[in-house]
Amino acid sequence: MIEGAPEWAPSGLRMATQPQQTTQQASAELSLDTAALLAQEEHGVSIAGRSPWYLAWRRLRRNYVAFAFLFIFVLIVVACSLAPVYAHHVAHTGPDENHVTDTVKIGHKQVPVMGLNTGGHIGVTILGPTWWHADGKFVLGADANGRDVAVRLLYGGITSLKVGIGSALICTFLSVVLALLAGYYRGWVDWVITRFFDLIWAFPVILLAIALGAALAINGIHWNLGLFTVSVSGGNLLIPTLVISYVLIPYIGRPLRGQILSLREKEFVEAAIAQGASPLRIMFGEILPNVASSVLVFFTLIIANNILTEAALSFLGAGVQPPKASWGTLISDGQTRLSTAPWLTLVPGIAIVLTVLSLNIFGDGLRDALDPRAKVRIEH
Amino acid sequence: MLVFLVRRLVGMVLVLIAVSFIVFLIFVIVPGGDPAIRIAGRTANDQNIKNIRHDWGFDRPFYVQYYELMKKAFTNRLFEQTHQGVKVGDQIKQGVPATFSLAIGAATIWLFFSILVGVISAITAGRLSDRLITILALVGISMPVFWLGLLARYFLAEKNTIFPDGEYVPFTQNPAQWFFHLLLPWFVLAVLFIGFYGRVLRGNILDTINEDYVRTARAKGVDPRRVLIKHVLRNSLIPIVTLFGLDFAGVLGGGAILTETVFDLHGVGQYAQQSIRNFDLPPIIGVTLFGAFFIVFFSTVVDFVYAYLDPRIRPT
Repeated sequence: MIEGAPEWAPSGLRMATQPQQTTQQASAELSLDTAALLAQEEHGVSIAGRSPWYLAWRRLRRNYVAFAFLFIFVLIVVACSLAPVYAHHVAHTGPDENHVTDTVKIGHKQVPVMGLNTGGHIGVTILGPTWWHADGKFVLGADANGRDVAVRLLYGGITSLKVGIGSALICTFLSVVLALLAGYYRGWVDWVITRFFDLIWAFPVILLAIALGAALAINGIHWNLGLFTVSVSGGNLLIPTLVISYVLIPYIGRPLRGQILSLREKEFVEAAIAQGASPLRIMFGEILPNVASSVLVFFTLIIANNILTEAALSFLGAGVQPPKASWGTLISDGQTRLSTAPWLTLVPGIAIVLTVLSLNIFGDGLRDALDPRAKVRIEH
Repeated sequence: MLVFLVRRLVGMVLVLIAVSFIVFLIFVIVPGGDPAIRIAGRTANDQNIKNIRHDWGFDRPFYVQYYELMKKAFTNRLFEQTHQGVKVGDQIKQGVPATFSLAIGAATIWLFFSILVGVISAITAGRLSDRLITILALVGISMPVFWLGLLARYFLAEKNTIFPDGEYVPFTQNPAQWFFHLLLPWFVLAVLFIGFYGRVLRGNILDTINEDYVRTARAKGVDPRRVLIKHVLRNSLIPIVTLFGLDFAGVLGGGAILTETVFDLHGVGQYAQQSIRNFDLPPIIGVTLFGAFFIVFFSTVVDFVYAYLDPRIRPT
């Protein structure tokens, strides 16, 4: 078994260094390792005196599947952040520019972006994916307003990733602080915070998010705080970000509180108190590093979950407000044209699945490496 | 048992009050500004807004506002000013059969398949079928439900008419049609849960298999199949049962809003979705209250059932 961080080290990654049965490793889901290989490695001599983060890194490094999917996620992030470059230099159009009356040159033919339908269908035909035959214009086709789907997909990706990562950051921060307060002070502080978690828990996640999203999106936020006023318009991205981070607080906060409550009983906390360390220092300097691995795993998985929640909210009209593109609003716009222009629905959907899947697989790999016993439960 | 019952009921009432207050906070206090403008909707004129401000008590202290909101919700007059004659409570009542049919059918499917998938995956751990199931489960939980629903409806019900296309047929009207119309929505809603539960169950089984009593049973020469079902599965299912209670209540209480919307099932969730599209807040208030109240009621009932079945839970 692992002889990782010495027991006296207060701010180690003790969670990951607890003795684990090797069978636990065998159940690591997508890792290519066999139990025997891992056991062999962990019994190796080189393990002594290594930091727990290094040990976790060694386990993670062997998980090629997790790395492949991390690479895909990074690729998606990079592609989306290059959206303005793509729009300017390749597609030569913006995310909100209409090309209803324009034509595109494909090969030697001029093809209209929006054509009158000659077949039995009513309405107009929309230019489908040109792939690369129109010099980068309308690579993934046009939408019902003659806008370039590829450009909107990338800009929509920026929105979805901003909301997803932003809300994951806020949500993780708030739940860590609440869990630390509850776990450290116990007593009535713990009682209040636990009841707060329970109350959010009493609502179905999606219903609570819709209620908040709808209430805030209709007229924005207007707070008069005496000294200054806070005013956020209904279409602002801050609203879905805050809504999503709020509704998921108990899903991280609850399991973390449990871990912290048991850590609170450990000798190193007692020692810190005896040394006269301040509560803040004990919470953030002593206890937090011990749950850091769990927090990291939660954070990865919650980004994936938040991207899904954002898409669902936007699809229902209570999230990102049109005309701003996000993956959810793109699907929502495209759904009525599924039979004539299926790419409008397929393309953003595939983008969501790829992003969320890559985060889920990487998050799983991370959990297997850092904290195999963590039971993460997130729903949507 | 009687003490437990009374204590639990008092607790439930307190939670209901707290939940209703949160709903009040969400719709009236948290957004700030003038709540009357939000309640009145997009098409309201100044006179409407003025009436609502007075009628909902927005010009009086917050406890009066809370009282007025609850009075309106429970006397079914949430929508009075803005939409003559439309009663939110009646609309929700109309949606309940569809929502419950969807939830009960989907829950049956997801429970059955997740146990099947979890067991197969666990007993073949590390082999090809396990890898395949794991990948499928991961894809399943990474797909937006509404996207899967849109594609399923288009490819299986519109393009190829294998399944009937959306809409809800009441059970009392035609049980066979009720079944066929709900089959696709059931499976779409179940996919996410199958993926999730299957993975949890797989982990639990793998943990349980290493317990001493399982080894003892095997050493005694008990039939391996019997060990799996009687010893391993029974204990691995306990966390699943707890999860199931929560999720089932959530789906019953309006959590299946996306599936309902995509398949036009005219349930409670779809009513909320249409109200969002029309920027009507009062129905959303109604549905949120309904959903939260339902979940609190349901979990209390589940607690009673547990206490009845398992005496250890009952406090003395």
